[in-house]
Amino acid sequence: MMSARSRLSTATLLGLCKDPMLDIQKLKVVYGTGHLRVDAVKDVSFHVEAGAAYGLVGESGSGKSTVLRAICGLAPISAGQVFVDGKEVKEPRDKAFYRTVQMVFQDPYASLHPRHTVDRTLSEPLAIHGERDAEVRILQALREVGLGPSFRFRYPHQLSGGQRQRIAIARALILRPKVLLLDEPTSALDASVQAEILNLLDELRRKMGLTYILVSHDLAVVAHLCERLLVMRHGEGVEETTAVALRTGRASNAYTQELIEASRGFSRDTVKTASAAL
Amino acid sequence: MTTPLLEVEDLRVRFHLRTGTVEAVRGVSFQLGRERLGIVGESGSGKSQTGRAILGLTPPPGEVTAKRLTFDGIDLLTASRRTLRHLRGGRISMVMQDPKYSLNPVMTIGEQIIEAYRAHAKSASRSEARDRALAMLEAVKMRNPARVFELYPHEVSGGMGQRAMIAMMLVTEPDLLIADEPTSALDVTVSMEVLRILDELVSERGMGLIFISHDLKLVSSFCDRVLVMYAGRVVEELEAKNLREAKHPYTQGLMRCLPTLADDVRPLPTLNRDPAWAL
Repeated sequence: MMSARSRLSTATLLGLCKDPMLDIQKLKVVYGTGHLRVDAVKDVSFHVEAGAAYGLVGESGSGKSTVLRAICGLAPISAGQVFVDGKEVKEPRDKAFYRTVQMVFQDPYASLHPRHTVDRTLSEPLAIHGERDAEVRILQALREVGLGPSFRFRYPHQLSGGQRQRIAIARALILRPKVLLLDEPTSALDASVQAEILNLLDELRRKMGLTYILVSHDLAVVAHLCERLLVMRHGEGVEETTAVALRTGRASNAYTQELIEASRGFSRDTVKTASAAL
Repeated sequence: MTTPLLEVEDLRVRFHLRTGTVEAVRGVSFQLGRERLGIVGESGSGKSQTGRAILGLTPPPGEVTAKRLTFDGIDLLTASRRTLRHLRGGRISMVMQDPKYSLNPVMTIGEQIIEAYRAHAKSASRSEARDRALAMLEAVKMRNPARVFELYPHEVSGGMGQRAMIAMMLVTEPDLLIADEPTSALDVTVSMEVLRILDELVSERGMGLIFISHDLKLVSSFCDRVLVMYAGRVVEELEAKNLREAKHPYTQGLMRCLPTLADDVRPLPTLNRDPAWAL
């Protein structure tokens, strides 16, 4: 256990010397105008080194998912810059971008086409990017996410939630991207299935040297997968901290402290003091 | 109190489908006094169907059978529709998972609470019902009850919606509250607030509470007693504080597979499902 942690921290240290894989500078996302204007993300900056995993934590409406969506072109960038592998992203994103950055969505029940087989879902990105050897690649992708070839011609409704999320991960990985954007990848899953997916993500990152950005409302999940993280609230970054600091309960920000407290479960004593403070 | 509030013995819920019969709940038995009982299980374990069957809310083509299903001495299986209507929302009420889908979108929150109250307190005047509704909104710690009273469900946040729902369900002063994942759609900090309100109301009014959830950690910190369900059966029943001493491998597995802030285990232990658990 100790060795795993020291290995991770050396990886982070080595990463610091390199150019960051992802660099977000003063990112702003604004929806609507006039009185309908919503500042979903306000001046958020962070960077992620190659091979590192970075967490975005916060409650709903904090803008954490919007940051991910802005990176991959699903939300408008109103101001600020996004650099991937040293290059600023283009508007609209080109094919090379999607070769480097892929996303896994929250709900595997909604993100897979219900009338496409696994085979068709996985061959689409290959066809778009003009890749050959589709069959070999598909079988390999299935193997990587721990599913056998027997899953190839199934429809999503013939799969469990965990299997669907594995397919969504296989779909994202089939183009061999460097960065994976994970938007609450386990929150729609049962606890035991969540453990399997977290293990899979951990293993894939180690094997393929992937860079992750993980969005989650669950501090324990973020601390498990990521080394560094940003706590967000109302579209702003509240505190940038490390998983180690979370585990030892060291958080300078009161809101982060509140989140740590809440993640420990319901407590009759602490809740009362917290409400007295409000 | 000598007789328990709710007695359930060998409850079964079956769905007769074209493809065969699915038994969602297979012989669940428990008794409930004025306490907080948690029912925990993963999706498909039958925990929600158990809660619904008690209220007679099993959707067709479901069929409910039980050796015994009594609430305060009333047999819920043979009770007339009229009696059931009187009980539902009156003496037994239910808080659902997502306030977005369970509140009426075209009625103000205040009107909905008044409607719930007057459906059971027939003699109550409108102004009396209004006072009750406002008092209830205050009891669930709404900062400005008079304002929330006038709002439509889409105008409030998830946490406020869920509190409004709890207010509506508690305005008739039920003896038993069934809460089906009442906080799963809410943020952690908000859900703690909702739980605190629920906790206060339950202990102040001496209600019985059935708290259905997939979150073992939350249930064990909130309830007095926990039933762990797997494949339609109760595999283990334990005192919430003794959850760490769980005997059944399924409960132990569920406990261990959660990542925690306290320690860093990797890879996380996964659950190896023994087919024998489902027998």
